[in-house]
Amino acid sequence: MLWKEAEYHGWGRALSAKGEIARPERVAALKALMKDGLVPAVGMRRSYGDAGLNDGGRVIEMSRLDRMLSFDARTGILDVEAGARIAGIAAAFAPKGWLPAVMPGTGFATVGGCIAQDVHGKNHHHAGSFCEHVVSLTLMNATGVHEVSPKDTPDLFRATAGGLGQTGVILSARLKLLAARGDVMIVTERRVEAWDEFLALLDASAATYSVGWIDATARGDALGRGILEEGETGSGLVPKRDKYRKVPFNAPHFALSGPVVRAFNNAYYRRVPESGRTIVKPISDFFFPLDKIHDWNRLYGKRGFHQFQCVVPLGSAPALRDMLEDIANSGLASPLAVLKRMGPGRAGYLSFPMEGYTLAVDFPNRAEARELIRKLEARTVAADGRLYFAKDSLARGEDMRAMYPELPEWQAEAAKADPKGELLTDLVRRLKLRSA
Amino acid sequence: MNSTWIILGATSSMARAFARAVAAEGSAVLLAGRDQAELAALAGDCVLRGARLAEALEFDARKPKGFAALIERMAEEEGELNAAVFVGSMPEQAAIDADPALIDGVVTDSHTGPARFLQMLAPLIEERGGGTVVGVGSVAGDRGRIGNYVYGSAKAGFATYLSGLRNRLTRAGGHVVTVKPGFVDTAMTWGLPGMFLVASPEAVAADILKAVRKKRNVIYTPFFWRYIMLIIRHVPEFIFKKLSI
Repeated sequence: MLWKEAEYHGWGRALSAKGEIARPERVAALKALMKDGLVPAVGMRRSYGDAGLNDGGRVIEMSRLDRMLSFDARTGILDVEAGARIAGIAAAFAPKGWLPAVMPGTGFATVGGCIAQDVHGKNHHHAGSFCEHVVSLTLMNATGVHEVSPKDTPDLFRATAGGLGQTGVILSARLKLLAARGDVMIVTERRVEAWDEFLALLDASAATYSVGWIDATARGDALGRGILEEGETGSGLVPKRDKYRKVPFNAPHFALSGPVVRAFNNAYYRRVPESGRTIVKPISDFFFPLDKIHDWNRLYGKRGFHQFQCVVPLGSAPALRDMLEDIANSGLASPLAVLKRMGPGRAGYLSFPMEGYTLAVDFPNRAEARELIRKLEARTVAADGRLYFAKDSLARGEDMRAMYPELPEWQAEAAKADPKGELLTDLVRRLKLRSA
Repeated sequence: MNSTWIILGATSSMARAFARAVAAEGSAVLLAGRDQAELAALAGDCVLRGARLAEALEFDARKPKGFAALIERMAEEEGELNAAVFVGSMPEQAAIDADPALIDGVVTDSHTGPARFLQMLAPLIEERGGGTVVGVGSVAGDRGRIGNYVYGSAKAGFATYLSGLRNRLTRAGGHVVTVKPGFVDTAMTWGLPGMFLVASPEAVAADILKAVRKKRNVIYTPFFWRYIMLIIRHVPEFIFKKLSI
């Protein structure tokens, strides 16, 4: 059958949709599916909220159109289909000395998804966002199949980069890969005792890749304590990673309750010796630490979870500290909390990054947590910060729209590419991105 | 590894996963099928995953005139020659009931076409003194069922053919692996009701490659289908004829 009736959800499992899904395995089949009209494309549905959902409508899953088509070793440009996973590209190319220039926190993300959210990685402060390394892409929309590039079609490119799939279905892309020294990571981990020290270390870090894990349960003097990880690619030999583990069932709600998380975080913090350490890891362990556990989103139980992620300008660091204090005092945080310094790099009208600090924290889907997230969102607005479409499931449309001043330019391009509004997703409808 | 694999029906998702797996080991892959644009895309992919060489070739089980060119192309490669057959077609039983002439096509695609090709290839494998043939059958070939007995009978015929070919090639140092997949997550099964314990094409490909290395004769993949089919084969006919499973 071409279309399968299914109920499906975002990665956070808090939002879900019912509708028909097709999963073409050939380009011709994809085009046939859209001969009577456009259909929103989705990848591996790693967006936490509803960016990949179309309740009551149809979506096309691109994951089987995942071939790497060609590579030019002189220019480092890879031609690849939109359904290819970032981890697959990294695994094939790292031994040859190349890596995707930007890799998000999960290797399951598809090329098409990375473009549609203009994702960032642990090297954002140097390398910028994903779409800054997209040389061109092939896009199918209401006006046909187009080659889109920053040089020749800058407006459509800016509307497609981070464009939430609203300018058409991305078929393939030319990515400029980054020369890497090898397929292992040399990682320096150090304990950071408190918030101010964390910011100072992030500001001073000269490493190519850097990311901070924060113990979002620590309060008082220990507020903002965590581990700073700095990495460089290198060559060498490391043992192959263990087999993937699976989470076979939805965990009970107390699995990530306050005391459990506090104990876990404490142990996780002390795992790194006081004097720090430098270790060698397979690249996938450094870039995609959670991918080792398949379906880890089930650890939050059947109610699912939300991720709050904001970025605030450098000058608003105190506001970010206030947010962390709210989180720590709430006792609602999960072990997953990340702090990073971002550079200014962004490629699209709706790209998330801005120069500043970004904080991402997971919360179980409970009324208190939703209330806390709303408070954090209000603080983000006050701090001139921005929320991330890839993560959001709770924001108010007017807040979100105000964070993206280039929204009108994006709307104009989306209206040209999809005049009938066939590509709307639940996210776009919820936040009234194309209508308001 | 100086080996060459020809993959018939290379655009199917199981074949694609298998092509990628042998490509990653550095084999040459000759990708044969009808949709040349798709095969060209897969060839590019196989090269980037490590294939010594990857080429798209024309193969249509119903056009045996084209087979000789494929055999000649294989003969140009040095070293061990191997073939993996993923072709087959399964129109709905209702469509066959309406137009019994469809049976010819099913039998050609799933049995006589690939058998004829392998028959032409066998002397070459014997001459080289080694090489493996992978033939993908189906659990549907283990017993005729109301839902797909035409397809099942073609796959049963093909399985018997493979058994004989194994008997022949073993004498010359070659080998034949018969693969019987259960439910696999492909375009063919997408959205079908009643699917359970569905395997990914990648898992099936890994099972096949392991069976090739270990020179297994007949494998079910995933493995538990051996036991499911053991039960189904042993249901007495006087009961089975009343079942609709």
